[in-house]
Amino acid sequence: MLMQLGLTRGLIYQAAGTVLGMVVTMVWRLLAGMPLWDQEVVFVVGGLVGGFAFMWGVGAIDDWLEWCRGKATPLVHGPPRDKPAWTRYFSTDYNHKVIGIQYSVTSLLMLMIGGSFALIFRAELAQADLQFLGMGMYNKLIGLHGWAVIAAILLGVGGMANYLVPLMIGAEDMAFPRLNAFAFWINVPGGLLLLASAFLGGFDAGWTAYPPLSTQGSVGYQFLFLAIYFVGLSSILGSLNLLVTILTMRPKGMDLFRIPIFCWAVLATSLIQLTATQAIGTAFLMGLSERALGMGFFDPEGGGNPILFQHIFWFYSHPAVYVFVLPGLGIISELLPVFSRKPLFGYRWIALSSLAIALVGFLVWGHHMFTSGYSPYLRVPFMVATLLVAVPTGVKFFSWVATMWGGRLRFPTPMLFTLGAISVFLLGGLTGPILATVASDLYLHDTYFVVGHFHATLFGGFVFPFCAAIYFWFPKITGRMYNEALGKLHFYIMTPAFWLMSIGQMTVGTMGMRRRIVDYDPTLGGGLVEARHLETTIAAFLIGLSILIMIYNLVTSAEIGVRAPANPWRSRSPEWQIPSPVPEHSFAAPLQVVGEPYDYGLEEEYVVMDESQAGHAQAH
Amino acid sequence: MSALAADAIEVYRTATRNNRMGMWLFFFSELFLFGGLLITRFALWVDEDGHIIRPELDQNVGLIVTVVLLASSYFMNRSEVAIANGRKRDFLVSLWITGFLGVVFLLGVVIFEWGLIHLPFVEHHIGPTDGVFGAVIFGMTGMHAIHVITGVAFIVVVWRNGKRDVYTEERHWGVEACAIYWHYVDLVWIFFYPAIYLIGHAVH
Ligand SMILES: [Cu+2]
Repeated sequence: MLMQLGLTRGLIYQAAGTVLGMVVTMVWRLLAGMPLWDQEVVFVVGGLVGGFAFMWGVGAIDDWLEWCRGKATPLVHGPPRDKPAWTRYFSTDYNHKVIGIQYSVTSLLMLMIGGSFALIFRAELAQADLQFLGMGMYNKLIGLHGWAVIAAILLGVGGMANYLVPLMIGAEDMAFPRLNAFAFWINVPGGLLLLASAFLGGFDAGWTAYPPLSTQGSVGYQFLFLAIYFVGLSSILGSLNLLVTILTMRPKGMDLFRIPIFCWAVLATSLIQLTATQAIGTAFLMGLSERALGMGFFDPEGGGNPILFQHIFWFYSHPAVYVFVLPGLGIISELLPVFSRKPLFGYRWIALSSLAIALVGFLVWGHHMFTSGYSPYLRVPFMVATLLVAVPTGVKFFSWVATMWGGRLRFPTPMLFTLGAISVFLLGGLTGPILATVASDLYLHDTYFVVGHFHATLFGGFVFPFCAAIYFWFPKITGRMYNEALGKLHFYIMTPAFWLMSIGQMTVGTMGMRRRIVDYDPTLGGGLVEARHLETTIAAFLIGLSILIMIYNLVTSAEIGVRAPANPWRSRSPEWQIPSPVPEHSFAAPLQVVGEPYDYGLEEEYVVMDESQAGHAQAH
Repeated sequence: MSALAADAIEVYRTATRNNRMGMWLFFFSELFLFGGLLITRFALWVDEDGHIIRPELDQNVGLIVTVVLLASSYFMNRSEVAIANGRKRDFLVSLWITGFLGVVFLLGVVIFEWGLIHLPFVEHHIGPTDGVFGAVIFGMTGMHAIHVITGVAFIVVVWRNGKRDVYTEERHWGVEACAIYWHYVDLVWIFFYPAIYLIGHAVH
């Protein structure tokens, strides 16, 4: 049974491919008269070959290989014929709903792995002095926490976009189903390399991989560079697919200003992922070849420039923040009208503000480098551009408030998480300008204040909306309702705990606690720093507990939950006009757009099915 | 033409339209990769006074491989026009020449520019470990060479399928994709060649 799963085959192929790549490299080195063992080169080639072997083993490139042989391959729909239906989730499957679930579940898994790394070093930080973690282990965990959670967020964004976008625009599937499967599965070898780097010393000079420390640090950095190359490839191919899908596969009458607002968020996100991701790929590739081949891009000895790495790195990594939060903000805009029974206030403004955030986001990367020593006159334009981001973000906040104003609000779990997201994202947003301003950033740079700021941004922009989305679309995915009491319990533990954690982080930051340092002086902040750290640690564990409650809720409700009606939230969106769980072919007939997406309170529908064309969609 | 066949052509056209958009988006994405390398070149190849510099390279090698690559693009275009007009033999011959010129370009880069194979009559001075000059030359030409190798592999696949009559006048997206990919890789070189060989004053 296990051998029938694509995943198992992929893992075996990856292991074999890694060993093969390493052996071939060593033999080649021997023949070329070089010393047999050079861990930099050997591990890089092994990791690379292993990654591609996984894709071959899992079956994600089977159809393309057939095409190379000149054979057409029809797209097979439905669960595998000779195996149980659940196996499709562990094998290459081309249905966007399956791929969306694969993304989301992998995301939750990675989020829990990355989160537990944080809990370990949070426990260490609860008291001053060193208790149980060594300095090396602390550095390793803090780097791993960073990248594991970033990978988890990218996966979660992919999960929401893949599951929802085709359903929301009434498309049969994504534009390129095979590319879609490839873009998901490449994350698995990527994620494994990321975690495997822990056994090669991790990336102990921080997740940002700044040279010269990263080019001199442990060999785990090579696996990090490779892993991000794989995960980045997923971002690029996935966003390309989403862009083509949104731009070309809408039904007649659904012009761009009539699509559900989440699709606009995905559109803006995809533009960033498509382009900026290449920058981090380039930066990491240069770091990789500096280590493996001695190419001196960043080594000042031969004229290289370590600051160049920071520029290219942040050219991706700042816009990447908007990749993490824009879809979440889209979820907020999507859910508020449903639970307020009112039209979304200023649809066009919200749609264009996503685009504006994405575009301005390309001009602000220098705010991470105010203290790096680059030309001081560059600081001012970067500061102004960064502060400018607050304008389109503010547009969203005002629109949310105006949408709720005078509405008939209901507060089931998804709405609670939406409101929680707004409050937490406000905290993250308001601490942004403090860090964007050169004068204050020079003091706060690399302190825990920054840590507090971006955790608030990412929880408000991703974690809370992701939870809202999971609870909201759970009935659509499984056909059953989640347990409302447990959902509320999750919310009422996580939200206060998060506020406590975030304020705690910011407070110790202003007391002078530096980030990425295992120990601190207990006399900081008039001796209060230790108490704040203890609170932060307790809060972090409470967040972990609440996530476990959610997982328990989801797993049990999928089995024994109450059967959900087709449209429990009375939403106007197309995906709620079809049965739950969504059938293999989502729409029995092509959609016809007859109204506006958010006209709650009006009789007229947003979309209806064109029954005269029923069955036509499947003819292809 | 039966209704079913007309329907099938319609499906093919829609798919090709999507494919085409996907391809161009991919090129748009790659623009940031090659742009990043160009920025690296102009950031690192400067002297203390901020003047743009370049290493002393064999100008003949650079010019010859550039001409070879540009010529290959011409034959690639001929090949695509031929299949669109149903001239199968012409299509295959032109495609073969394109691939051949691509290999010549690769060998020119690997043997003469990189000096991986030592020839008695060629002098080499720069390797990948020689400071920023070596790093940037090998980074840029290496990344470009990976794309040329992919392009040659693409050509081989299309050529084999072409021999087996996979493509027709109406249905040859595979050829079109191969052609625009090849032109794109050429276009990148048109920016890389002056950046490496021509711009700035040469220093030893
Ligand atoms: Cu930033």
